[in-house]
Amino acid sequence: MTIAVIDYGMGNLHSVAKALEHVTHENVVITRDSRSIRGATRLVLPGQGAIRDCMGELERTELRGLVDELLASQAKPLLGICVGQQMLMDASEENGGIECLGFLPGRVRHYSLNMHAEDDTRLKVPHMGWNQVTQRHDHALWDGIDDGARFYFVHSYYVDAERDGEVFGTTRYGNVEAHVATGREAVFAVQFHPEKSADAGLRLLENFVNWAPAV
Amino acid sequence: MGLAKRIIPCLDVDAGRVVKGVNFVGIRDAGDPVEIAKRYNQQGADEITFLDITASHQDRDTTVEMVERIAGEVFIPLTVGGGIRTCDDIRTMLNAGADKVSINTAAVVNPDFVREAAERFGSQCIVVAIDAKRVSAEHEPPRWEIFTHGGRKPTGLDAIDWARKMVDYGAGELLLTSMDRDGTKSGFDLGVTRAISDAVPVPVIASGGVGNLDHLVEGVLKGAADAVLAASIFHFGEYTIPDAKRYMAEHGIEMRL
Repeated sequence: MTIAVIDYGMGNLHSVAKALEHVTHENVVITRDSRSIRGATRLVLPGQGAIRDCMGELERTELRGLVDELLASQAKPLLGICVGQQMLMDASEENGGIECLGFLPGRVRHYSLNMHAEDDTRLKVPHMGWNQVTQRHDHALWDGIDDGARFYFVHSYYVDAERDGEVFGTTRYGNVEAHVATGREAVFAVQFHPEKSADAGLRLLENFVNWAPAV
Repeated sequence: MGLAKRIIPCLDVDAGRVVKGVNFVGIRDAGDPVEIAKRYNQQGADEITFLDITASHQDRDTTVEMVERIAGEVFIPLTVGGGIRTCDDIRTMLNAGADKVSINTAAVVNPDFVREAAERFGSQCIVVAIDAKRVSAEHEPPRWEIFTHGGRKPTGLDAIDWARKMVDYGAGELLLTSMDRDGTKSGFDLGVTRAISDAVPVPVIASGGVGNLDHLVEGVLKGAADAVLAASIFHFGEYTIPDAKRYMAEHGIEMRL
């Protein structure tokens, strides 16, 4: 029983590995080795920084094909986090337009730099801090987590999925209702950082570790 | 419903020990950063900032160990500042489990370092710490400059221009400390906080001068700060994090309760 955090060279994966180790006795590895990834029982697809770089590194490390194959086979549960959620979509507006993995129909859009709060102060971008997540549909990963619980976010781009049935959670910021939890079959993906979201985040990771999706 | 304003307790750490001490009831070791970070996490702190004031290079390894231990037990964002001068320093702290690093003097000495760091690690983990001091006289239009060396050394840099420049270079967040107010318990410098917050698109953390809960409220409502950082009012048990959050929420501020 191994959980593989896929390391394609983008960002800091230690936080997510430490949080997973906190909620499970299963072996947690940070790896880019395709054998280890194939042999794992669960996968985490993280992502940080610019999506062009994330997609580029995924290609360069020759993990793109493997990730495509794993998404197509749906053989094991996969949790996407942050840019890892965004990469599952068709395309992103970031970096002048980047084609993504195309697992879920929809696009990744930029928060307007001209959004205002009710008191007319300008809203900051990135959307950084603790915001509430409204659970649109039931899901095993929401088990024991209050509807409207707060999670920690850091992002300037957000997912806009096409199919309502693939949107499990939303978060309002300014005039945008971002799709912050999306998924299908054995894939669940979140814009926020469960590894940095205190008890609610740890519960979500624990739910992921215990998740047995019917595929 | 919306994004909550953040409360960030700050720990000054020297060779792995919290200096100036902390006075919590029932805490076993008031100098242990891990114990204190855990306590703040239990109280509902939104992030923790760890300011490494260790002078000797050797003792820095102790700091790295502390960051590792905290990151293994406390699952909220952790920022480490103090002595971050190279990309290797950043990598070491991120690998130890820090989520963000705060760059201060090194940004003034070499602004391109901020650009390089943001390109390499992403803006989301690069905080630039700005130490500002008012340089205009009472009757003049307000003007603030960047100071280094704990507020002793002027740089001639205009604080608002500098804030804009650091964001252009890739800072994902600014930690603004008023050197006039730091340690005075007379409240944030709301003028410079507001001016910088209005000038940049990224979040601004207000720091320096907090003496009571009204200061935290003013920092958000008048200073337009996105987060407030404080040390002594929390360390010495004058107020708890839940006290502060409740008080801010009563004043109409969105908080994570």
